[in-house]
Amino acid sequence: MPRVIGYADPLSVAPGEPIRFMVGTLDGPRRYRAEVVRLVCGDTGPGGPGLKTVRLPTSIEGEHDGTPQLIDAGSYAIVEHPEAFGALGRFTLQAFIQPTLVPVRPSPRRQVVMGTWAEDRGSGFALMLDETGALAFLIGAAPVSTGTPLTARRWYHVAASIDLAAGTVTLRQTPLADHAPSLEQPVAITTAIRAAPGPAGDFFIGAARKAVEDGRLRTTWHFNGKIDRPSLLAGEHPIGLWDFAADVATDRVTDRSPNHLHGRTVNAPKRAVTGHNWDGSEMDWRRAPHQYGAIHFHDDDLYDAGWRPTLTMTVPTDARSGVYALRLEADGGPEFWVVFYVRPPRGGPRARAAFLASTATYLCYSNYRMRMRPGPAELFIGALPIVDTTDLLLMHHPELGASTYDTHSDGSGVCHVSRLRPIVNVRPTGRLWNLFLDLCLLDWLEAHEQRYDVITDDDLHTEGLPLLDGYSVVLTGCHPEYVSREMMEALAAYLGRGGRLMYMGGNGFYWRVSYPRAHPGMIEMRRAEDGTRAWVESVGEYYHGSTGEYGGLWRRQGRAPNTLVGVGFVAQGFDRSSYYRRTAASRDPRARFIFDGVQDEVLGDFGVAWGGAAGLELDAFNPALGSPPWALVVASSEDHSNAFQLVNEEINVSFAGADGRFSPAVRADMVFYEHPGGGAVFSTGSIAYVGSLAHKGYDNNISRLTLNVLRRFLDPAPFAMP
Amino acid sequence: MFAIDPRRTDLALEFKRRPFGPHSPELQAVLNVLRGSLHCQNLLLVCTRPHAEWMLAEKQPDGRPPRLRPDLTFTSLEAAEWHAFRVRWEAVTGQALPALDRE
Repeated sequence: MPRVIGYADPLSVAPGEPIRFMVGTLDGPRRYRAEVVRLVCGDTGPGGPGLKTVRLPTSIEGEHDGTPQLIDAGSYAIVEHPEAFGALGRFTLQAFIQPTLVPVRPSPRRQVVMGTWAEDRGSGFALMLDETGALAFLIGAAPVSTGTPLTARRWYHVAASIDLAAGTVTLRQTPLADHAPSLEQPVAITTAIRAAPGPAGDFFIGAARKAVEDGRLRTTWHFNGKIDRPSLLAGEHPIGLWDFAADVATDRVTDRSPNHLHGRTVNAPKRAVTGHNWDGSEMDWRRAPHQYGAIHFHDDDLYDAGWRPTLTMTVPTDARSGVYALRLEADGGPEFWVVFYVRPPRGGPRARAAFLASTATYLCYSNYRMRMRPGPAELFIGALPIVDTTDLLLMHHPELGASTYDTHSDGSGVCHVSRLRPIVNVRPTGRLWNLFLDLCLLDWLEAHEQRYDVITDDDLHTEGLPLLDGYSVVLTGCHPEYVSREMMEALAAYLGRGGRLMYMGGNGFYWRVSYPRAHPGMIEMRRAEDGTRAWVESVGEYYHGSTGEYGGLWRRQGRAPNTLVGVGFVAQGFDRSSYYRRTAASRDPRARFIFDGVQDEVLGDFGVAWGGAAGLELDAFNPALGSPPWALVVASSEDHSNAFQLVNEEINVSFAGADGRFSPAVRADMVFYEHPGGGAVFSTGSIAYVGSLAHKGYDNNISRLTLNVLRRFLDPAPFAMP
Repeated sequence: MFAIDPRRTDLALEFKRRPFGPHSPELQAVLNVLRGSLHCQNLLLVCTRPHAEWMLAEKQPDGRPPRLRPDLTFTSLEAAEWHAFRVRWEAVTGQALPALDRE
């Protein structure tokens, strides 16, 4: 496994601008080597061009001393007003809670609902669940417990009333009536305590202070589950009445008491979630905020690793636009790649073609653990899952966080992912997927001496249409699956102004994502309602907390990918790729330019992506979903394996024969259409397509027809509408 | 429920010859059972030398790292698939597959 890891900020940088790298070593201090390279092609192995990098001489190249940097994963809220919590004599802590992991596995531990407990000082107090999952109160050495474990995913009202003068605490755990039958009864106990809270400390909701190490706060005993309306009262007087339904889109925690003991969340717990009183009458948190007064905390949430910068440099002014990486090596271990993007100079000359790096998708897949966790993945892959030793790093370092394909330790879906942490799987090695596979396209552009700029989803989201101005052609990557509204609208506007778009992949423009303003570098996505989902979003939580947008498939929001690129996702399988066969429409004079010099009827029965150009994830033409009726389907794939199954949004009533051996709907359609704005769209409809471009020294029918399209799209002559 | 007939070694041979599909409907039914059986579904390959060597591993619950099997390394994905097939066949049917190499 790698012994040195890191991340970059910013993600996309122009020549002449600074970039910082946060580098840390694993298992103790050690020397490491750093080098900046431009990535041209990934390590495709003997069946393809193989790894190609171009060294970029920089001031940070060379050997460095490295030390470990800590990550304090786990979300919580903190109220940094210790003076307010130091002189409590008779007080009550109470909240509605819905624990989601009882007990914690594999090692049972405490889970703090709220309090000032500081593990390093052995002082403070905490209302919590003990190792068995029973409500407990901690002050002094040993906690007092009800002895009755709570049930996961049920709502309770919990309270601890403390009278230090009398030396008593009363604990109450009261199951709330909900729609599931239950035999649980309220539990209340009063018992003696003989300790004082000790020095005042910050107030935590969902965790406790562990220590301060290396100048940074570390936390422990994170709560898994929802906390709603936590409050602290001294006698009858409120000290803090925290309202999680306020400021949902931010990291702020609002105190409704006269004391204004406002706090903040750390590590981006999930907000805009149903509270204890949600009755199903409203699905949008903005329309019934009183029913959305909870926050869902997880012990593995992570927003910003917060590492100190260790290497900084200014991108040389003559650096060409491209995909770059800081290549890190230590002790002969595998390389670790910190990928970043050099965009064209701001206000400077541009190429005529732009590669739009799918950075939103790369991030949604970042630190993907799913293949390494138990489950029936092999049944939809159609083969044994494969990882490498760099992927294994994730299973030894859970603090690195997960992808939107994974679930938290309590089983709930991961809907926040951040680039402000080391990411193990955006690299030119490992699984031939996303960036690795996209590099096949860049390598092909280089082989044909086609000049290109690299821009990113993040740039497009922030800057919109002006980022695309001046480009004759925009080429997507092989799998631009995750798209924000701003990105979608910019691409549509680009086409409306005569732009040409080459959609070089499959399952694109599928899920809606948002970029939370309060958390730069993070993406929010909710797997709502429908679609091919690694997990299912909780009912009532389909609306994004950061923007209020309705999450889920663009297809379910009137903007199916077909409306933009003429095709949309229909099937997936991962055991073997297939080929396309030309259609009669490929002889249409409008498509003649595409097949100039291509005599073959069968296209792409070769390639590094599992042996064919049509594979992995497939898109098909469908006017009912918005594919332009005048579009030409110039080729369609066939002969897919049993592993390829129609996706569930294509199936209303389950039926047999929905796999690639039986269903003609399992196919990729290669589509061309002229856009009313004067431009045009070419779509491959297959993730595997770009893996065929380099076959036979870049001289093959897929390469030839793609080059034909690119050259015509670079030609300013407008396309006439049919 | 569909049960694998251990006499159908012809289906095992079909898999050995073409592990990555497409498969006949009968072989696919066998694969669905083998890959879906709870007691042997959590296999994983860890690439130990890019494009050259893979080690079998077993996925573990509760976020724990996979258990590596250094004694089971393969120089082709086809060989790894065949090993997993044979192990599962015996686990599910209770009968080891006979040698099919010369067929």
